Amino acid sequence: MNRYSKDRLVFWLFLLPALVAFLIVVVIPFFMGIYYSMTDWTAISGRNINWVGLENYANMWSDVQFRYSFIRTFIFTVLSVVTINSVALFLAYLVTRDVKFRNFFRAGFFLPNLIGGLVLGYIWQFIFKSVIPPLGGLLGIKAIEEAVILGDATLTLFGLVFAYTWQYAGYIMMIYVAAILNVPKSLIEACEIDGANFWQKFRNITVPMIAQAITITSFLTLVNSFKQYDIIVALTGGGPSTVYGAAKDVVNSTELLAVHIYEVAFVYNDMAGGQAKAIIFFLVLSVVSIAQVVYNKKREVEL
Amino acid sequence: MVKDNTKTPSRKKISKTAALIVIIICFAVTVFPFFIVVINSAKSSLEIINEPIAMPNNIGQLFKNIGEVWSSNTVRYPTSLLSSAIITSFSLFFIAIFSSMAAWVLVRTKTKMSAFIFLVFISGLIIPFQVVMFPLVQLFSASYKVLGIKMLRTYHGMVLAYIGFGAPLSVFMFHGFIKSIPLELEEAATIEGYGRWKIYRKIILPILQPIVVTVLILNGIWIWNDFLLPSLILGIGNRIQTIPLSVRFFAGSFVKKWDLIMTAVLMAALPIIIGFLFGQKYIISGMVSGAIK
Repeated sequence: MNRYSKDRLVFWLFLLPALVAFLIVVVIPFFMGIYYSMTDWTAISGRNINWVGLENYANMWSDVQFRYSFIRTFIFTVLSVVTINSVALFLAYLVTRDVKFRNFFRAGFFLPNLIGGLVLGYIWQFIFKSVIPPLGGLLGIKAIEEAVILGDATLTLFGLVFAYTWQYAGYIMMIYVAAILNVPKSLIEACEIDGANFWQKFRNITVPMIAQAITITSFLTLVNSFKQYDIIVALTGGGPSTVYGAAKDVVNSTELLAVHIYEVAFVYNDMAGGQAKAIIFFLVLSVVSIAQVVYNKKREVEL
Repeated sequence: MVKDNTKTPSRKKISKTAALIVIIICFAVTVFPFFIVVINSAKSSLEIINEPIAMPNNIGQLFKNIGEVWSSNTVRYPTSLLSSAIITSFSLFFIAIFSSMAAWVLVRTKTKMSAFIFLVFISGLIIPFQVVMFPLVQLFSASYKVLGIKMLRTYHGMVLAYIGFGAPLSVFMFHGFIKSIPLELEEAATIEGYGRWKIYRKIILPILQPIVVTVLILNGIWIWNDFLLPSLILGIGNRIQTIPLSVRFFAGSFVKKWDLIMTAVLMAALPIIIGFLFGQKYIISGMVSGAIK
């Protein structure tokens, strides 16, 4: 064997294990998925699969729950991105100051991130149902005592954002901490000598210096909020139901897109419909997240 | 009016104390759910309904609840723990080896094919799981019907899925690191008569150690806590189930025994919290550097 073909053999031998696994579980299913989205595929075995063209893509918009899930997913994503990043930045500011036990606090804020979404969903379900009302009673606030958080469409969405922030803010905080520690001390000191107040320092020094981290954290929180599934399944199960639109259709208020896609396929046996929605989900997520990165990258330069 | 911002020592001390108080409040909110889980794991079914926010009457109840969850036929905690450990460790082992092998040859081979394959791996980073999950299940069940190879509800099917889904990020991270390793080392080893496998094993792998730790932590926490993928491949309530699946199977049932659910949640969270206490420094820095790269 000559040297050239031996190099080629080594190349493929080293590459194949990872590549084959990746092809089997991601690449092949991805192309199968595009095909299935244009068929009448159901979960019922033994039924023939027929080509229907773009029918599933055309029909999905007449599904009230899908339109509603879309809107709710956007609301949830915007709320989560804003809340998680604000809380994370605030915590990062606190734990990068000269305070006692700051490493201990950092680790503590980070800890919820290690609890899986499914498990923490049950923790928060218990808190919202059984802990918040007696806590309200203890504080003597009637509104809290009588609040049925998981029975109200709006409150449940806020509850989800809250539980998700509890899980994720500590992780995002650590990214901000790493960025803030990289801001040169001399820059801040110079600013202080010039008599800048807290807000001026934050706006003119810290934010531009951590712009790169903001791009990363916005991307991470956006993509992961949009795909949220585990917490919802355990915390709300998609409920409670509510009415939507002029026709007063009954919809599940926290059945966000990732949950909706699963429900359509496995509960309603419409695998092809679920697959077509998954592809729209993928396209929307790609466009939104790329737009976000491009926008933030542009800002990084301007700042 | 010109405001004086050079703080006097006493003002500085006040703001320091204020910051500490705010931190403690935030910290209390953060640990409150853990506190709720712990105190309610030590309550009987009656106690948890009547006094969910009171301290438990009898700490001994905690061990009684743990015993009950441990021997429960729905949770099957010992076997679930074992399955989680088997799946996580085998997946991590193969992800680290296979991804670093692939990344190494992708960096060192400068051909169009090599660049293209790297791009294919990277594209996997933006594909959400939802797009591939139904066809994947279909493919795995077809593998049994057509080839007679059982993939669903098996360890090897689960581990294969994790190798595939873990590959894009892991290859990407190894790729970035290997680019910075000077080629001279490998050239010298080739002159010494080392083969490619020996160079990988004896030279590259030891240099990769810090990034291997990062890859193991990132993938390890994801795999240990993952729910949707194992629920599709293994199914809920079947012979092989991971910890999140067993929590779902138990807590998702119609009658909610919250005292035992809280105990199960505590027992599910405990292994990873213990792991965190031991490897805290590596875990935090690993997860943060994983995000920044």
